[in-house]
Amino acid sequence: MRSLLGRWQTWAGFGVAAVLLFGAAPVVLSDFRLSLLGKFLCFAIVAVGIGLAWGRGGMLVLGQGVFFGLGGYLMGMHLKIADAQIFGNDVPDFMQIAGVRELPGYWAPFASPAFTMLAIVLLPTAIAAALGLGMFKRRVKGAYFAILSQALAAALAILLVGQTSLGGSNGLNRFRTFFGFTLNDPANRRMLYFIAAAVLLIVVAVVRQLMQSRYGELLVAVRDGEERVRFLGYDPANIKVVAYTVAALFASIAGALFAPIVGFIAPSQVGILPSIAFLIGVAIGGRTTLLGPVLGAIGVAWAQTLFSERFPSEWTYAQGLLFIVVVGFFPAGFAGLGVLLKRRRTATNKGAT
Amino acid sequence: MTHAEASVRQRGPVTGGNVGMGTEYLEVRGLTVDFDGFKAVTDVDLTLFQGDLRFLIGPNGAGKTTVIDAMTGLVSATGSVSKSGVELLGKKVHQIARRGVGRTFQTASVFEQLTVLQNLDIAAGADRSPWTLLRRRSGVLPEIEQALETIGLTDMADKPAGVLAHGQKQWLEIGMLLVQNADVLLLDEPVAGMSHEEREETGNLLRRIGAERTVVVVEHDMDFMRAFATSVTVLARGQVIAEGSVADVQANPKVQEVYLGSATAVADGTTEESGDQAEPSDKAEISDQTKAY
Repeated sequence: MRSLLGRWQTWAGFGVAAVLLFGAAPVVLSDFRLSLLGKFLCFAIVAVGIGLAWGRGGMLVLGQGVFFGLGGYLMGMHLKIADAQIFGNDVPDFMQIAGVRELPGYWAPFASPAFTMLAIVLLPTAIAAALGLGMFKRRVKGAYFAILSQALAAALAILLVGQTSLGGSNGLNRFRTFFGFTLNDPANRRMLYFIAAAVLLIVVAVVRQLMQSRYGELLVAVRDGEERVRFLGYDPANIKVVAYTVAALFASIAGALFAPIVGFIAPSQVGILPSIAFLIGVAIGGRTTLLGPVLGAIGVAWAQTLFSERFPSEWTYAQGLLFIVVVGFFPAGFAGLGVLLKRRRTATNKGAT
Repeated sequence: MTHAEASVRQRGPVTGGNVGMGTEYLEVRGLTVDFDGFKAVTDVDLTLFQGDLRFLIGPNGAGKTTVIDAMTGLVSATGSVSKSGVELLGKKVHQIARRGVGRTFQTASVFEQLTVLQNLDIAAGADRSPWTLLRRRSGVLPEIEQALETIGLTDMADKPAGVLAHGQKQWLEIGMLLVQNADVLLLDEPVAGMSHEEREETGNLLRRIGAERTVVVVEHDMDFMRAFATSVTVLARGQVIAEGSVADVQANPKVQEVYLGSATAVADGTTEESGDQAEPSDKAEISDQTKAY
């Protein structure tokens, strides 16, 4: 009975979210705002993965910009080639300006949409699995893991700035079409938003299943007592790699959606600062919960846009302060605050009766 | 696994050591642990048979916990530890655990955020397929239900392990070893910090589960040892100085010498009286088990 009700509640929750994202948002918001929300949804997709790896798995993933950037650049390369082909050019516009006449060899396969989609899914997954195994088998954890993942983000950003064949510090921008749809058309931009919304719902459903499965229980056990799990006959490295890889995959998909929605992908979206920015929303929303990271990421990004339009410089301080207050005083985030209030209310109710 | 013959399981429990040939055994030969020149354990030999409730005692720093650490792969050691013919030394911690060697720690280390049931379910699942892992837990496995009963935590199954009392946490750990299907249980001070009643219950629990397993208990509490041990190994300065029944060991002058500081603890126990008192209750306990199985 309870499980039936629980299942019904879950479907209802997804239904409400779908109505809000697909029904209400396009009606209420202008095209510009809707596209902005699409960008926030990309951040939310990254946040769901971070919630799994950090909140449930205890891995402080400070370098999700790496995978976000990988997805973004892979998609960006395909979009640039597709644009060039439509205009009958051999190379994308920024290469022409730089005087490059021939497409670099590593760009060529990305002319194929199927290859690009596969690469967006497989490349970050493979890299994350290899990195994860390398680190977790050697029992790299805690601050060392965080620093290592952060260093990776910094390294990739620096590497990208130096690559003129990837647009250098400007990155890839001015995308005109998305798989044949012109991006100038508001209807197509709305379609991109719908894709992001659908992906977010799928990603949340996947993580929900992972959290409630035996694997999810095991992941929490690894977070709280890695050595103890070892003595029960498990290799914790394998358990952690799965969560780390899933988080990387989500970040990559988010990056691949970000590029056409926002219209560019650049090293500034890859490095240390964006990687930390991904975490802020997750921490504020409540990293151990399913929806905390989603709402936190959207909320923080929304507030940032709202306030930085009016108080550009003050917002940075406010955001930093919010982060410090939440991490310092409510480590479980707003979701944890909600649970605390609920518990207090039931406690007082019990006291009254 | 080449061992675990069904016939052994069928037979009634026999406390006090050997069940006969073809039984499970754990053989430690020349175990030496060297921490950068400091020999914490030197040349330790131990032979443990199924159905033995072996106590490992010794003064502080004698290397008792280090022996267990070495046997479970936590620290590297030289020599040999073989379980029914399979060499364990050099294997990784989780591989040794899968071979059926389970242990508890001085401080109970259950997963406090998870429920008692979830703790046990995780302990029971080391060889689950990825497919099973990705699905939700449905129902309670019969062996878990049985373990809950054995450790007396059936009523607490859905409570988070963090709210358990100290003694209950230790029982939960023992329950986790049971569902893990470990046949060698290494318990590091399982009754430390327990009340008198809890000790009594833990001792009876060990008796119950020890009949068809090999149980090694590291212990400081001499009363507890005298009441429940079927055999005793005494370690001092990383070496085995005596081994045998409780009475043998207590009569051993070397042991008395080692315990000189706290000599009274052991020496007092050599009086016949206390030994006699323990006897009848033990026998009653054993016959109870025989009926139960």
